[in-house]
Amino acid sequence: MSYAPGTVLPGPHAKGLGATARSDAWWAAPLGFFLLLAGFVVYSTWAAFQGAHYWVPGTNYISPFYSPELWGTSPHAWFGAAPPFWPLAILQYSPALLILGIPAGFRLTCYYYRKVYYRAFWADPTACAVGEPRNDYWGENFLPLILWNAHRFVLYLAIIFTCILGYDALKSFIFTTKDGGHAIGIGIGTVILTLNTVLLMGYTLGCHSFRHLVGGRCDSFGAKGSTTHSLWSGVTWLNERHPFFAMISLCWVAASDVYVRVLSISGWHDHLILFRF
Amino acid sequence: MSSPSPVPTTTRSEPRTFIIWRGDKDSGTYTPYTAEITAGMVVLDAIHQIQAVHAPDLAVRWNCKAGKCGSCAAEINGKPRLMCMTRMESLPPGPIHVAPMKAFPNIKDLVTDVKWNYAVNKRIKPFKPKQVEADGSLRMQQHDIDRVQEFRKCIECFLCQDTCHVLREHDKHAEFAGPRFFVRMASLEMHPQDAEDRREFLKKEAAIGYCNITKCCTEVCPEHIHITDNAIIPLKERVVDQYYDPLAAAIRFVFGSKK
Repeated sequence: MSYAPGTVLPGPHAKGLGATARSDAWWAAPLGFFLLLAGFVVYSTWAAFQGAHYWVPGTNYISPFYSPELWGTSPHAWFGAAPPFWPLAILQYSPALLILGIPAGFRLTCYYYRKVYYRAFWADPTACAVGEPRNDYWGENFLPLILWNAHRFVLYLAIIFTCILGYDALKSFIFTTKDGGHAIGIGIGTVILTLNTVLLMGYTLGCHSFRHLVGGRCDSFGAKGSTTHSLWSGVTWLNERHPFFAMISLCWVAASDVYVRVLSISGWHDHLILFRF
Repeated sequence: MSSPSPVPTTTRSEPRTFIIWRGDKDSGTYTPYTAEITAGMVVLDAIHQIQAVHAPDLAVRWNCKAGKCGSCAAEINGKPRLMCMTRMESLPPGPIHVAPMKAFPNIKDLVTDVKWNYAVNKRIKPFKPKQVEADGSLRMQQHDIDRVQEFRKCIECFLCQDTCHVLREHDKHAEFAGPRFFVRMASLEMHPQDAEDRREFLKKEAAIGYCNITKCCTEVCPEHIHITDNAIIPLKERVVDQYYDPLAAAIRFVFGSKK
């Protein structure tokens, strides 16, 4: 792309929203991420408030938005119907509302997502060497952004959640037969939920904080072949692919919810029984 | 086996328009020039041709012309780049816009005053070796050195400083060290034989909290150093260890600090 005739280029000291001499499509990537993340937030908020069609009778499929289901009406619930502390008079209960804060908090404080949303939503900056709308800047030194330093604590919870989703993926191989018995089988939902766990593992274990905790914090990894160095190298491999896993796992978790919801509403039979037990 | 590509016997040239900042920190204007471009030229070649043919008073700083001295840092079509490493054929058709780095005061034309960087550098605590072993040596593992070796590739072109919006847009030069010096501090702080602790400096004087991880420094680095992922974020995590993590504080209380 070249400059159109008569284009007025900003001088070396020009500032302000969009001030740049860049002639490429610098706005395309932030716009794309804005649409993707905004779309995800709208869909996941809608799905979280539904409180229904998040599991599929006859299977062990449960939407990742609703797992772990601490209180709820499905067979997956851990403690009963509704939490005693929930203000039912002002807000209808949905199991997702209790838990979605953890994965949302993990992604919100994630170093990779910070880059994406500071650019796409906050224009701080929109793209490299492009002017910003505000003169004031506090960075991550003050509230609320100083709280992003707690990323590792959300990571601990995210690891637990990912393990629970892994358990859900294993359970998704078990189905209920028409006579009430149990059987091992495989369905499209099994594949979707298993892949969901794999992608979330790839994202969670490639976290920058995790890389620090498993070895990055040390000035020396110890002797050649040490566990610390092996762990750090493995997490580094995932960390180098963190943007890929961050985005693909986000899309896949939404796709998993859509699939479970469609199956729950339609009553489609998506699996093949391998053997009964 | 395929035959080698024929060596061109004639050199065809084509005119390209360059719009170059002429001025200083107080005033200036963009002035168009034409340069004859032949295959293999880089932007610095064209600037030298313009200097020789049209504007002998055009100020430009350069030295090695091999991407190793970092002197010819400028903004080409709005992107911070080295002029000597920007091949003409990599640029889109149309006029080419060349401006000085925006984050530093303009001295004349394409030359900026980068001495602020050297002042910041002086404030960083230097390498402090640990106690030598009984035989008088300091032993290190290769894989420990591999991690910090990446940071030693820095050529101090200051393109990362130029593109960092904390400096470029918000003029936090008095409070913020900038990515170049986080790279330097990472090379010292992660060194297996360094005994110094720079975490307080990183938080309070270098103000690493100003960095909001937008990775522009990594995007422009001509040495492809993973500035954000391998230097800044690991340093931020070390600052978290020291100032924001009560669990790490409890572990330090029980077992003591390593540094």
